[in-house]
Amino acid sequence: MGSWRLYAAVAAGGFRRYATYRAATFAGVFTNTVFGVILVYTYLALWDEKPHLGGYDQAQAVTYVWLGQCLYSTLAIQGGGAEKDVIERIRTGEIAVDLYRPADLQLWWLASDLGRSLFQLIGRGVIPFVFGALFFPMALPTDVMSWAALFVALLLAMVVSFGIRYLAALSVFWLMDGMGIMQGVMITGVFCSGIVFPLNAFPGALGDIVRALPWAAQLQMPADVLMGETDPLGAYAFQATWAVVLLGAGRLLQSAATRRVVVQGG
Amino acid sequence: MAETSRLGEGVRAYWLIAGMWIRSAMTYRTSFVVTMCGNLLMTGLDFVGILLMFSQVDSLGGWGLPEIAFLYGLSVTAFGIADLVLGSMDVLGSRIRDGSFDILLVRPAPVLAQIGADRFAVRRLGRITQGTAVLVWALASVEVDWSAAKVLLVPLMVVSGAAIFCAVFVAGAAFQIFAQDASEVQNAFTYGGTTLLQYPPTVFGKDFVRGVTFVLPLAFVNWVPASYVLGRPYPLDLPGWAAFTPPLVAVACAALAGLAWRAGLGSYRSTGS
Repeated sequence: MGSWRLYAAVAAGGFRRYATYRAATFAGVFTNTVFGVILVYTYLALWDEKPHLGGYDQAQAVTYVWLGQCLYSTLAIQGGGAEKDVIERIRTGEIAVDLYRPADLQLWWLASDLGRSLFQLIGRGVIPFVFGALFFPMALPTDVMSWAALFVALLLAMVVSFGIRYLAALSVFWLMDGMGIMQGVMITGVFCSGIVFPLNAFPGALGDIVRALPWAAQLQMPADVLMGETDPLGAYAFQATWAVVLLGAGRLLQSAATRRVVVQGG
Repeated sequence: MAETSRLGEGVRAYWLIAGMWIRSAMTYRTSFVVTMCGNLLMTGLDFVGILLMFSQVDSLGGWGLPEIAFLYGLSVTAFGIADLVLGSMDVLGSRIRDGSFDILLVRPAPVLAQIGADRFAVRRLGRITQGTAVLVWALASVEVDWSAAKVLLVPLMVVSGAAIFCAVFVAGAAFQIFAQDASEVQNAFTYGGTTLLQYPPTVFGKDFVRGVTFVLPLAFVNWVPASYVLGRPYPLDLPGWAAFTPPLVAVACAALAGLAWRAGLGSYRSTGS
């Protein structure tokens, strides 16, 4: 029971840390809104050309765009969450301090990242989404259940997103420099999460592959859950499976790293 | 005379600082090659996104793939040049926050040159390479009745476009002096701008096109002159000679950005702690 209080406090710390920079948050909201407007126009043209592309109608495509902008920083789709801190701490050797703490390394950073995600969702994500709903026709459900279903999908998406980035961060125990791996996180995140183009609309075999990868749990699944395009339970199962696999792999890699790797700087 | 020598001084300072960063990057050669390839791949994904769209449709807003590739190549190459020259400007906000901006002010070299060359990154050649490759492919595959004016307009668009984006970077830097933490706003105009110009003007709403023509004249980077080259109607029914105005627009933008930069610098207050 006591340890839950600890992780809740870490999560609250993560939330407050990002809540401190109000001007930066406002700037992020503005930038996400501008990108949302640009993307919406191109998607409208695209769906004009080919209605029902990827099984969506125009209003659904617009909803998809704005949900993507809402989740862009929430899920750290191009990186920039807890993994950035972990990489920096491994590089400087400060990770040794973390390992001494009477808390689990993975859970500590998971809690911190969830706190960050929740703030980004409320502080940065909601406004562009509302802006989109006010100025463009969107396909939004009117029943509370669909929104509750979305929230569960989002929580799972946050865990999957952390799982991917935590694995990437741990690799720095061996690589020593996080530059390349952060680029990798960015490239795979942007391409495979469907922020550029809905995964449903990817052609042929490429589509089958990206829809099976863990990045599909981040934007595609929550979007489909919100718009009733998929059975929520199936989506949760997909997300939860990847969450367990990624966190499990992170746990294995973490124990290998802490057993075998000499911390830098000492 | 005083102005020219100051310009010369700025360019010289810029090259000295940029050269230093190039030498420092070349020390870790493997890391340099890897980040350069990463940069190429990352910026290339934009175009993969467009190719994915065209795997499903034959035209977007009435424009075919070669024509959109033409827009894309122009936008990305012009933006890539500006990004290489002044792309590090977005660290200005953090330099102001931690107080290290003061050091630049006391050095005997123009501040704009110093901040422009700060963390000069050769890996940004990746975006230019990728943009140029798409542009070359587009030039080879668009159906255009080439005339001397059209041929000349292509390099002119790249240079003027780069200058317009440079002006946006400088204006953004001036804005950061006021906004500090809000430096991300700049991304909406720089990265947002180059993304926007990758798609034809017919895709966007009329008021939106008006905004990026008359308020923030990004339309002159490629939309207007490219419409002339491709023989398509101009956005907003602009007059025929508008296609040849990008250099003038670039000069006007640069002058306005210069004024904004001076105003920003004049009102700068240090962090104070």
